[in-house]
Amino acid sequence: MLLRGDHVVVDDDGVSHPTTRPVSAVCRCGKSASKPWCDGTHKVLPPKLRP
Amino acid sequence: MTSLPKPRGRLSDAVLLALRELPEQPVERIDTEPESDDDAAVTLWTLHELAYRGFDEVDDGAEWEPELIRVRRRLEERLEASLRERWPGVPDGLDLERDFLDWVADHDGPSLARHVHSTATREQVLDLLRVRSVYHLKEADPTTWVVPRLPVGPKAALVELQFDEYGVGDPARLHAAMFARGMEASGLRADYAAYVDEAPVEILEQNNALSMFGLQRRLRASALGHLAAFEATSSMPSRRMAQGLDRLGFPVEMAAYYSEHVEADAVHEQTALRDICVALVVEEPVLEADVWFGAWACLDLEDRTAHRLLAGWGVAA
Repeated sequence: MLLRGDHVVVDDDGVSHPTTRPVSAVCRCGKSASKPWCDGTHKVLPPKLRP
Repeated sequence: MTSLPKPRGRLSDAVLLALRELPEQPVERIDTEPESDDDAAVTLWTLHELAYRGFDEVDDGAEWEPELIRVRRRLEERLEASLRERWPGVPDGLDLERDFLDWVADHDGPSLARHVHSTATREQVLDLLRVRSVYHLKEADPTTWVVPRLPVGPKAALVELQFDEYGVGDPARLHAAMFARGMEASGLRADYAAYVDEAPVEILEQNNALSMFGLQRRLRASALGHLAAFEATSSMPSRRMAQGLDRLGFPVEMAAYYSEHVEADAVHEQTALRDICVALVVEEPVLEADVWFGAWACLDLEDRTAHRLLAGWGVAA
C-alpha cells in the first residue's frame, strides 16, 4: 500500500513511524523485515499468501 | 576531477585525440570503424559523458561538436541494433500493468547479489563496487533527461521518484552521494568515473544504453521501461548486498547505500510501473513496445554483466 505525502504509521506495539519519502510503501503481507515499511518480501511468498 | 579514459582501440584513440585538441584544432572527419566492442563502448561512453560532467582536459564546447555527434550517433545505432537483434520482442499476451512485475520476476538470470550475500570474497566485492561505481556515482541522472519529454501525469510521477533518488532535498541522502560515502569508507576512490578503465565492456554497455535511452527523445519510453525493470529487480537484491557487505565486514556506510534501496525501490517499482510507464502508454499507446524493449534491455545487460564478472572470478553462473 502506497502512502503519498507525510503520514505517521503506528505499529502493533504502538510505536509511531513518520514517513520520510515523497511516497512510502507500507507492508501488507506481514513478512517485511523493515516493518511497517514494505521491503519486497511479498514477492517470494506463495501467491495465496500475497496481499 | 574527471579524467579521460584510456583508449581501447583505433576509434577511441582517434576520438580521445580529437577531444584533447579542441578547441585549437577543429575535429577532422573520423570514419574509423571500432576495432572491437570494447573500442566502441569506451568511445560512446566518453562521448555521452560530454553531456553529463565533461572532462578536465576537454573543452566544454566538445559536447555539440558536429563530427563528434556524428560518431556518437553511429555508435548509438550500432548499440541499438545489437540490442534489437537479441530482443525477443514484446511478450505475447501480457498486459503491461497486470503482468509486468511477474514477467520481471520470471526472468531467471545469474545474480551478483546472491553471490555477494553468501560466498563472494572481499576482493570480489571490491571488484564489483569499483565497476558499479561507473553508474552509481551518477545514479538516476540518465533518466532525468526524460522529464521534459513527458505528458503531465507521467512527468509528475517521474519527478516524484527522482526526488527520492536525489535525497528529498537533503544532499546527504542523495543516492549517488551515499554510494560515494560508502566507497570512501571502504578505502576506494569516490571521484566520478575513477574506475572506468577497469570496467568491462558489459558495464560500459549498461551505462551507454541508459544514456542513449535518456538522451534520445525517440527512446523515452525505453528509458522508462528500463527504469521500471531496474526498480523491480532492486529491493531484495539490495537487502542481499547489504547482508553480504556485513558478512565481509565492510563499513556501515557501504551497507547503508544498499539498505536505503530496500525500502526506496519497493516504492519505486510500484510507481515506475503504474504511474509512469502505464500512465504514459495510456496517453501514447504506440510507445508500449518501447517500454518492453527498455525493460528487456535492462535485464539482458545485467545478465551479461553478471556472467562476465562471475566468469572472471571463476564462479559458475
